Amino acid sequence: MGDAEIIPIGTRGRPGRGQGSGRPSAASRSLAGGTRKTGPAKERPAARPADAEADPSADSPRPQPASTTEPPAAEVREVPAAARRRPPARTEERTPGSGIPARDWLAAFQSASRELFGDQWEPQLARFLAFLRRRVTGDYVVDEYGFDQEITERFFMTALRPIAQKWFRIEVRGIENIPSEGGALVVSNHSGTIPVDGLMTMVTIHDHTGRFLRPLGADLVFKSPVVSTLARKGGTTLACNEDAERLLRGGELVGVWPEGFKGIGKPYAERYKLQRFGRGGFVSAALRTQVPIIPLSVVGAEEIYPLVANLPSLARVLGLPYLPITPLFPWLGPLGMVPLPSKWLLEFGEPIRTDEYDAGAAEDPMLVFNVTDEVRETIQSTLYSLLVQRQSVFR
Amino acid sequence: MASGERVVLVTGVSRDLGRRSARALAADPSVDRVIGVDVVPPRGDVGDVSFVRADIRNPVIAKVIAKENVDTVVHMSVISTPGSAGGRGTMKELNVIGTMQLLAACQKAPSVQHLVVKSTTTMYGASNRDPAMFTEDMEPRRGARSGYAKDVAEIEGYVRGFARRRPDVRVTTLRCANVIGPHVVSPLTSYFRLPVIPTVLGFDARLQFLHEQDLMDVLIHAVRHDLPGTFNIAGDGILMLSQALRRLKRPSVPMPGLAVGGLGSLLRSARLADFSPEQLSFLTYGRGVDTTRMREQLGFEPAFTTTEAFDDFAVGLTPTGGRVERALTAALDQLPPVPDDAPALHPVGDRRG
Repeated sequence: MGDAEIIPIGTRGRPGRGQGSGRPSAASRSLAGGTRKTGPAKERPAARPADAEADPSADSPRPQPASTTEPPAAEVREVPAAARRRPPARTEERTPGSGIPARDWLAAFQSASRELFGDQWEPQLARFLAFLRRRVTGDYVVDEYGFDQEITERFFMTALRPIAQKWFRIEVRGIENIPSEGGALVVSNHSGTIPVDGLMTMVTIHDHTGRFLRPLGADLVFKSPVVSTLARKGGTTLACNEDAERLLRGGELVGVWPEGFKGIGKPYAERYKLQRFGRGGFVSAALRTQVPIIPLSVVGAEEIYPLVANLPSLARVLGLPYLPITPLFPWLGPLGMVPLPSKWLLEFGEPIRTDEYDAGAAEDPMLVFNVTDEVRETIQSTLYSLLVQRQSVFR
Repeated sequence: MASGERVVLVTGVSRDLGRRSARALAADPSVDRVIGVDVVPPRGDVGDVSFVRADIRNPVIAKVIAKENVDTVVHMSVISTPGSAGGRGTMKELNVIGTMQLLAACQKAPSVQHLVVKSTTTMYGASNRDPAMFTEDMEPRRGARSGYAKDVAEIEGYVRGFARRRPDVRVTTLRCANVIGPHVVSPLTSYFRLPVIPTVLGFDARLQFLHEQDLMDVLIHAVRHDLPGTFNIAGDGILMLSQALRRLKRPSVPMPGLAVGGLGSLLRSARLADFSPEQLSFLTYGRGVDTTRMREQLGFEPAFTTTEAFDDFAVGLTPTGGRVERALTAALDQLPPVPDDAPALHPVGDRRG
């Protein structure tokens, strides 16, 4: 609006209230739409009719002039007097779809279905509805750990795949080291403040081999609401020897991050330095079940949320292992939770065989420590070589 | 096994499951006589069972065992909820003192050769630190501090002590998963009978059930074949709580754990349902037990899976929800039938990188 127009609001410099005159102030008089106001208000639609129509909010504070201009011409012609008397807008007339015939609804629905499911939309839609009905009636199977394969495949993987492929542009090496069947233990480094690397490893392994990685999670995962439900549905179970051995005996591909919170909660300055590998419980589980250990090195996850500081005392109050501060979080609020788009490299190393050791090997602490160190050294050296090969953090 | 006639003593026959188990035992050809014992007479028909009104909490029970020349004792008088018996104090006395007295009587009776104790998987507890499947050798991650779980832990302790003192008696402990069926009245079934079911927000418990018929079958199986040891008894498979509620076609209200606890005590005072703290943690974290030993050593195969047992229970309940399902069924009727459950589905789901 180029031409300045003085809208009479306020007292125009004079003290408006408390002057003892008993009259309402100029501001309230102009807002109330008294006799003085009708002059300029009637002029306005005439002066710029396009503005008045384009900007309906300009009319809203003054209901009287709006009522004369708003009703469509057809209604005015029928009963002009009644139209002027009744309130300007009746919400009950505005229910969506009341005026749209059923045939149009059906046509719109069909074209939407064709758009979504392609030419074969009828069987596709029927299949989709059958799937929905199966979910709604609870007619599906979960395994003993609560793993829901259908939901994992159709929703979790579908949601994570674009993040893995488009956002982090994951490059995979040595995927042939994962056996196509039988139990195996994938041991990985852990980083990134939030265990995104676990999710990405799951979706990558599933996309390349068709197998489901069964991660072992900390007990905090199963204590937190929502997270525990999602984790169980996605195939996670508690990181304890009983569950690890049970899964491995059942021929599953198990994923373990032995650094735990020490790994994902380490400051950015210590990136790609492997932390202590716990007590080596994963090695004894592999030794007892005689499955190969596959070392996995993940490069790129360290940079998604650079942890520059930590609030240990507040974390203790909240019962969390650490409370991260990154360059973006909590400063940008929810936006700070968007991970930085670093370039990821995943390298699966040569399987470390455990079936050559004899039966009592798991009870020999020295041997367990040696194998643990071997796995750790392999991951650490692969990390260094991957870092050398990487062009830059984001490319 | 005694060469002469086989006399079985069953405790806790006043309750429905105890009474029906006793009847089923009496109908079994390998058993000659069944004596039912309880403080109050059973309500329904006991068939061939001879009922003796005796309190296992006092030494009279020893006289019954000696007089009737009992060789097998089936201990079923472990109650999970105070219910009609009175308060928690009475419940504990019935459970723990009753078991102590019964075992003391059995120890004194040379005729007793076999003891079957119906225990429960509740003794494993339920927490976020639990392994997915408990085997018989595992201990609860957190020792029970109160309630039913503590009673059961103490009872099993006394049973183990008895087995040490009378090594000639074969002791079979059956840790049964939650028994379910159309006739079962338990804290869990009254929970599922609520018209709108409160659940703990953000958690989905893994559940295992044992059908009431399977409970009777396993008791008969244990009495018939003298197989000492501790066994987990449960139907095959796992049912998530959310899945169970969907199968029930009853609406659920997720609410924070503390609120569910408060609502539970409210419902308890209204005698609609009973939420004990261990029930709440069970509905939060759930529990699974490994039944390999039941299959391989006990040689028992439940007729109902967990899902089938639950469905048999759900048949008797009128659904209060299920509107979405009806709408979907109506929509599906308009479309051509799907050939089978081909895994083609989501337009984006099949793409692989």
